[in-house]
Amino acid sequence: MSLCESVLDIIKDLAVRDRFTQVKRVCLEVGPFSSVEPEALRFGFDVVMRGSVADGAKLDIETPEGSALCLECLETVAVRHRYDVCPICGASALQTKSGEELRIRELEVI
Amino acid sequence: MCGTCGCGGGGARIENTAFEHHHHHAAGESRIIQLEHDILAKNDAYAAQNRAFLAAHGVLALNLVSSPGAGKTALLVKTIERLGGRQNACVIEGDQQTSNDAERIRATGAAAIQINTGKGCHLDAHMVGHAIERLAPPDRCLLFIENVGNLVCPAGFDLGEAHRVVILSVTEGEDKPLKYPDIFATSDLVLMNKTDLLPHLEFDMDQAIANARRVNPRSTILPVSARTGEGLNAWIDWLTDAQATAAAGLSKAAAAL
Repeated sequence: MSLCESVLDIIKDLAVRDRFTQVKRVCLEVGPFSSVEPEALRFGFDVVMRGSVADGAKLDIETPEGSALCLECLETVAVRHRYDVCPICGASALQTKSGEELRIRELEVI
Repeated sequence: MCGTCGCGGGGARIENTAFEHHHHHAAGESRIIQLEHDILAKNDAYAAQNRAFLAAHGVLALNLVSSPGAGKTALLVKTIERLGGRQNACVIEGDQQTSNDAERIRATGAAAIQINTGKGCHLDAHMVGHAIERLAPPDRCLLFIENVGNLVCPAGFDLGEAHRVVILSVTEGEDKPLKYPDIFATSDLVLMNKTDLLPHLEFDMDQAIANARRVNPRSTILPVSARTGEGLNAWIDWLTDAQATAAAGLSKAAAAL
């Protein structure tokens, strides 16, 4: 919920800067290691946006894969979970490189 | 009132003039704004301010996270008692309601301030910044920030701490690091608390350690019991080393002036 409120704060600031009065679509990027559950975000979104410039806006959520460095074979591999093992050598010592994204990617506005 | 954007409504008025349009609308056309705006940017900016303030004062700040009931406050009380007069310590307590925990800390003689988050399930860097102002921690002290008991949301909120410490009590099950990987992955130290209860439990310590390592190969793991004091010396040593590093940063900064 507080993340949705942060999204709304950012939209309100942008509405002044970029002179728009209605948001039709919000596109967020939520990485697998961002500590955020996309469905929970979706649930809070409509409620928080109600009565604002983004009232009724469609919410798109992109969920990119994460990547990690295997400390054994030193390859960079794609991962979905923090506890994944290296798909190449099977080692479990993976150091996360990306996947913590929590960003607004795009707004469709009028 | 303008039917496209609503401007001119609500009695808006510029002195001595009728409300006029100065901008043009491309009627009803939508456009795309491309952004890479970090949703937590505001929190991160407050965290950076806190970190700079703490570093300038040689204060070592630790963000203590755990599920409710893992024994954070009891561990803090014992830690402060064990530090005795050797090290100045103060505490920021985060809970949804009550100031019970801050009172428990104050009973040790250490300064403490309570943040009540109300409906909030985590501390954020803005609240902590205000608490630091109020608390005014002395130079070179240890600042413990006890987060709201929750292994989920605090993972996303940097408070400006030097280290994040996760406390896992052995009554919780050895798979907690796999169930709540984000918080374990972002912590530098794992304290396995309540080890005095191990004889009564089927908790597999080796498995718990392996699970914690699996989500974070870099973390230090220390078994402790706040109740019996077992393992507390290793924790105090860890604190002393971390504090020496923080204080060295301050001395270096002072020498550069």
